Amino acid sequence: MAENDYARHRLHSLLGVVPVGLFLVVHLTVNYQAIHGAGAFNQAASLMESLPYLLFLEIVLIYLPILFHAIYGVYIAFTATNNVGNFGFFRNWMFILQRYTGLFLVIFIAWHVWETRVAMALGTPLNFDMMANILSNPWMIAFYIVGILSAVFHFSNGLWSFCVHWGILVSPRSQKIGTYVSAVIFVLLGYVGISALFAFVS
Amino acid sequence: MSESKTATKTVRLIITRQDGPDSTPYEESFNVPYRPNMNVISALMAIRRHPVNSRGEETSPPQWEMNCLEEVCGACSMVINGRPRQACTALIDKLEKPIRLQPMKTFPIVRDLVVDRSRMFDALKKVKAWIPIDGTYDLGPGPRMAESKRQWAYELSKCMTCGVCLEACPNVNSKSSFMGPAPLSQVRLFNAHPTGAMNKAERLRAIMGKGGIEGCGNSQNCVQVCPKGIPLTTSIAALNRETMVQSFRDFFGSDYQ
Repeated sequence: MAENDYARHRLHSLLGVVPVGLFLVVHLTVNYQAIHGAGAFNQAASLMESLPYLLFLEIVLIYLPILFHAIYGVYIAFTATNNVGNFGFFRNWMFILQRYTGLFLVIFIAWHVWETRVAMALGTPLNFDMMANILSNPWMIAFYIVGILSAVFHFSNGLWSFCVHWGILVSPRSQKIGTYVSAVIFVLLGYVGISALFAFVS
Repeated sequence: MSESKTATKTVRLIITRQDGPDSTPYEESFNVPYRPNMNVISALMAIRRHPVNSRGEETSPPQWEMNCLEEVCGACSMVINGRPRQACTALIDKLEKPIRLQPMKTFPIVRDLVVDRSRMFDALKKVKAWIPIDGTYDLGPGPRMAESKRQWAYELSKCMTCGVCLEACPNVNSKSSFMGPAPLSQVRLFNAHPTGAMNKAERLRAIMGKGGIEGCGNSQNCVQVCPKGIPLTTSIAALNRETMVQSFRDFFGSDYQ
């Protein structure tokens, strides 16, 4: 196993984008339908639920990749010695934020899956009312805001890291442009995620 | 006369000391008589001439390493006011006082400010940072190198194995086996050389092994702190691309050179 560190690390990077990152975009887009009302969201959600071999797709495209990404990611986060105190450079801040958001997301996603997907498997119907019910608690709103922003940050900054790790962004100029692109993705996806969240609240 | 005039002004140095590799570190302060144009080395030399700490107690002179005194050997690297750099080019006039000197704790500490940088040399051996041309007969002149390529390769050759990039890297520590930015950049240097390129795959495979390029987490501190301004992160990114291609070639069994 130790000999395959390189392959494992690159796989970790790839899985973060495809399928996990891609799933995040689809998920936030489905949520965004909530701004058109409960009916639109329920329709979008049931479209996802009506996919063939749903459990197989969930296991292969979501659960296994995200578990690998999370477990190996926690290991990566804990092997770093963070030093933004002495080296407060922009990229070093992104480095530490990538690790902190990742660790927070392990907790957030576990909780989120428990009270939505697991609850659905146990009989609570997954629809607009389920989320509206969860978000009736102001602490939950705060928890979800931090969770969504962490996920969107982790994805957009991770997209940049993926491009560097896979040799797509090499020159300093390309890396800088990549940083701007990832910042735009963060703002746009963050807007989609947060506006969807408040559609469930009002 | 001038001596008594300048001797009234002193510079305080707070040095993190350690009597041996396994001893507990402690801080000791010294007040050094100020002279114009001092650097950290000359301040340490002043302490060595008169090893008395700020409380007036006689003590052992703090140990440090030095060689060239012109920032090309890397021996006097230490952490000065929180930043790893060479003591020879750290001018007292430009430093915030009191000046804090610490050893580069990423490396095993030998004594006081002296560290053991062997791991960097081991890494250079591991990645084969040389061009094998030794043999029993004259191989003749090698292929020529394009001038445009020589220019950036020369920048990479400025590395003096000082260890500052390893000290600044959050992923180089006792919990990881990551070799750090400096030896990786040397792989790019030797792979850029037309004769060195003949052993390109060997070096790429070496950094695809344990402690290799996968350890980089792109905090990019290395490129910010490198005293020689070596584009370390560009080297690493370029090697990311090359190792990626190499890994596909190895996986599918391509014999393309």
